[in-house]
Amino acid sequence: MSKDECKQVVLDIIAEIAPDEELSDVKPEVALREQLDLDSMDFLDIVMELRKKHGIEVPESEYGELVSLDSCAKYLTPKFNALV
Amino acid sequence: MERYDVAIIGAGMSGIAAGIRLAHFGKKVCIFERHYAPGGLNSFYAKDGRKYDVGLHAMTNFVKPGVKRAPLNRILRQLRIAREDLMLCEQRRSRVAFPGVDLCFNNEFAFFESEIAKTFPKQIDGFRKLVEAIQAFDDSVFDYPYQSAREVVRGCVSDPLLEDMIFCPLMYYGSSTEDDMDFGQFVVMFKSIFLEGFARPLEGIRNIIRLLLKRYKEAGGIRKMNNGVAKIAIAGGKVERLVLDSGEEIEADVVLSSVGLPETFDLCAPGLESSAEKNAGRLAFTETISVFKKQPDDFGWGEDAIVFFNARDRFAYRQAEDAVDLTSGEICVPNNFDYGDDQLAEGVVRVTCLANHDTWTSYADEEYVEAKEQWRPRICAAAREFMPDSSLDFDSDCIAQDMFTPKTVVRYTGRKRGAIYGAPQKSKDGTTPVSNLFICGTDQGFLGIVGSMLSGIAMANTHALR
Repeated sequence: MSKDECKQVVLDIIAEIAPDEELSDVKPEVALREQLDLDSMDFLDIVMELRKKHGIEVPESEYGELVSLDSCAKYLTPKFNALV
Repeated sequence: MERYDVAIIGAGMSGIAAGIRLAHFGKKVCIFERHYAPGGLNSFYAKDGRKYDVGLHAMTNFVKPGVKRAPLNRILRQLRIAREDLMLCEQRRSRVAFPGVDLCFNNEFAFFESEIAKTFPKQIDGFRKLVEAIQAFDDSVFDYPYQSAREVVRGCVSDPLLEDMIFCPLMYYGSSTEDDMDFGQFVVMFKSIFLEGFARPLEGIRNIIRLLLKRYKEAGGIRKMNNGVAKIAIAGGKVERLVLDSGEEIEADVVLSSVGLPETFDLCAPGLESSAEKNAGRLAFTETISVFKKQPDDFGWGEDAIVFFNARDRFAYRQAEDAVDLTSGEICVPNNFDYGDDQLAEGVVRVTCLANHDTWTSYADEEYVEAKEQWRPRICAAAREFMPDSSLDFDSDCIAQDMFTPKTVVRYTGRKRGAIYGAPQKSKDGTTPVSNLFICGTDQGFLGIVGSMLSGIAMANTHALR
């Protein structure tokens, strides 16, 4: 999986959790919380959907890695590739 | 013995909402409901071919789509329910009616503020200070210390009439304590009624329940109706198994109970070290429902969706001394929501008053029927004092009617003493002395349709998903 594909996976999850958010021009380097109305309940859901849909585990101590799309891609892409 | 990850007691709003979260994330979950109809305190029934709602008068917490952090939009996200599927229609307006003074409000807070500025010009600065205190209060945490709401309000508003007019709707829509309430609870209620607002689907509660059940089923949740939990067997501080009404026994890693705190304690065997009776609520209600062929628009009652009325010098929210306390109440005219081109087929007027549980449950069958017949016209007459002059005749124009009392509430919901807002002492974090038994719904502390769903979601997230 490429980093861009990984970003798309995260965006797809956000679209499902928050269908009312405009996701077409999310800046990958900027914190998701600064651009979107996501609260801690929503972030927890991103983590749980990653586990449910893709079998990816994100331990609580590493939630901070999901702050922006870029950091998500950096952190999650190796995890996705390790699954194959 | 059948085994579940999570067993939920009660198929009300909080139980189903909790179930949706758990099933969605792959838990093996089952809801056990004693009644044949789902919904709990917000349910429905049919009588003589006519459909009636129980509980729902107006759904509080209405905000427009996209309003950040609002409970309504948060629960929709958490449940993955599309906002438009709720088919919410906004109220026309509502009113707090005291002798000689009216305060109207709708879903625009600025309108309510202007009403207060007009009617209580000397109080408006204090009122704004109160609103600031409400907005500054952090209601996202479960464990705030008790603070008297009366004291906080008096620190801002000095006119006791305005103070009572603010408290009246909040208490009628969700206080389990007499005369005063916890400021945290006050904040939640104030936001849900005045800062947010009222709405209703044309079809009423059925639309909301159907939507929730569909989501629950899609997510893979299991539901057993007509089969409640009769006993929670405890061993070594943990729930060991549940015994159902049918006699079947099941096991569950986690149990979420929505049936109330003292009611849950009563199910536990051996019993819990807690005076469950002492924590039973004291506030019970009666409600009359009158159906008319005419539309409220045609008999001069076409404006107010909800009217909170009080006839006394000081508003008293406490257990009724007589069978019914006629000095205050709540009137709901469900026709007065903006349904666009649609409208309910018939005019409906519902009147709720405080009632005495012990009196209503002490009557023998015949006396009970007689008491209902005797109180119904008196309740309607008390409400009428606060409605516009009208040609309506509550007897000859009425084509159907029904009435429930605290006895009805106990029978269909199992709530002790018919206390629809539950026990005065809540379990804010949902925990009980039993390590894997948790409380959700009314006795966790969130009330109303949106509040109870939020409670189910929060308790499922905190105690069964992490």
